[in-house]
Amino acid sequence: MIWSKEETLSRAEMEALQLSRLQETVARVYEKVPYYRAKMDEKGVKPQDIKTLADLAKLPFTTKQDMRDTYPFGLFAVPKDQLVRIHASSGTTGKPTVVGYTRGDLDTWTDCVSRIACMGGATSKDVAQICFGYGMFTGALGLHYGLENIGAAIVPSSTGNSEKQLMYMKDFNTSLLVATPSYALRLAEVARETGIDPKTDLGVKIALVGSELLTDAMREEMHNAWGRDVLITSNYGMSELMGPGVSGECLEHCGMHINEDYFLPEIIDSVTGEVLPAGEKGELVITCIKKEGLPLIRYRTKDVTRLFYEPCACGRTTCRMENLSGRSDDMLKIRGVNVFPGQIEEVVLSVPELGPHYEIIVEREGYTDKLTVRVELVKATDSFAELQRIEQTTRNKLKVVLGLDAKIRLESPNTLQRFEGKAKRIKDLRNQK
Amino acid sequence: MASKQISVFIENRKGRLGEVLDVLKENAVNILSLSIADTSEYGLLRIISDAPQKGQEALSKAGFSAMLTDVVILQVPHTPGALQNILRVISDEELGIEYMYGLSVAGEEASIVVKPSDLEKANAVFEKHQVDTIDL
Repeated sequence: MIWSKEETLSRAEMEALQLSRLQETVARVYEKVPYYRAKMDEKGVKPQDIKTLADLAKLPFTTKQDMRDTYPFGLFAVPKDQLVRIHASSGTTGKPTVVGYTRGDLDTWTDCVSRIACMGGATSKDVAQICFGYGMFTGALGLHYGLENIGAAIVPSSTGNSEKQLMYMKDFNTSLLVATPSYALRLAEVARETGIDPKTDLGVKIALVGSELLTDAMREEMHNAWGRDVLITSNYGMSELMGPGVSGECLEHCGMHINEDYFLPEIIDSVTGEVLPAGEKGELVITCIKKEGLPLIRYRTKDVTRLFYEPCACGRTTCRMENLSGRSDDMLKIRGVNVFPGQIEEVVLSVPELGPHYEIIVEREGYTDKLTVRVELVKATDSFAELQRIEQTTRNKLKVVLGLDAKIRLESPNTLQRFEGKAKRIKDLRNQK
Repeated sequence: MASKQISVFIENRKGRLGEVLDVLKENAVNILSLSIADTSEYGLLRIISDAPQKGQEALSKAGFSAMLTDVVILQVPHTPGALQNILRVISDEELGIEYMYGLSVAGEEASIVVKPSDLEKANAVFEKHQVDTIDL
């Protein structure tokens, strides 16, 4: 079902709504956020210069660095006493980024996630197990409130203790799983180790996956593990913008519908900052046009995608973003070639003797970059010829996809690290002594 | 006529062989012979034991890539040229052998393990030429 009427507005109605919300937001941040006022003054742009949606391009960008520079509350547009929730990113480098919500923002967030849950096939009858870490991370609570809002029964099992997760899943007859794709696969692996077949012994029919890329190959691997008829959709968001709920896939699997009455999207050239025409691939930039606490203007997501505006067969008219091809900052440049981990993942998953987990290691030998891909051998063999064939096949396929020669390192099953949250599959050792 | 060998993939990493042996010890599997063939990156460990099925299952469960392989155990008299005679038969009959290794030298005859490419043909050849084999 379609949750909100805003998901089916005509293009003209949507644009009119977006423009009025954009104008209101820009006027508000200019008045309430000194940091934005200074940035806009520096560019010589005033709120009244925003007359059409195209005028968005006149506004300054916001980056993660801006959030760090104004840590913790410098970009907030409301006094702190109006906040009812504060989250923060993990902040692996330097200060974390802090985000805050008013009561109105939490309602908006809940609405966004309710829409995404419905797109993925969720209903009030579902028992939804949320295997995202509860805490400062926005993923778990975002999905929690949205799914609860549509009437599903929430099992807030968080991450870790996979055996117990499976026990709940079995005993409560969980029908909907919220997890990262890699943790969903890990759970299936643990299930099989403990004699449970996820396809026949568990009742999971819907998987809402996020916080990591879902490549076609990974989706296929999830079907292999959880069953053909499980509805698998990916959803997208980030805490700076709101958390999960920015966009989500419908069951047509033709990109993720952006809740564009709340999040105004643009695609830019990540080097020049120029806005690119619809359909071209570039960095996604989002302006929050209906947020009270932290209305970011032209936030650079670093995610690479493209936008489609044609109405979808599912009945929604909202703009769709292609499933991500990578993050502009996850992209590796190896011997001058752009490499996205997703490309390597596709290859690894296409070799039947290998498991779905992998690790990418980039080193420098003299002046040359060296790429090594560690993979797990899941099919046992007694023959060196067979091992060499598996290595060679993987290597050849990578060469076709990347145009680079890689060294393949075969490992025993269960050797590579498993992740409960976002998988960290890249080790770039080039700048280390 | 065949014996079951456990074949295990192991990375060339400190302690890996010990981990395999730990699993076998915990499951009370006695090793009669083993051979390791390796490249710089990884090796294949081949084990003749008193409980191949149990050993392979325990290793797979412990996260190793392990399988059972059919091998033939040949009895070779302790006389110069005995192995050469057997190898001539193998060569004349065009029987492919993927690898071989020693199992035991105790007693009247030595035992060696061979992995034929074609088990059925190997059994027929050894029977025809009266090469002694034993099953474990």
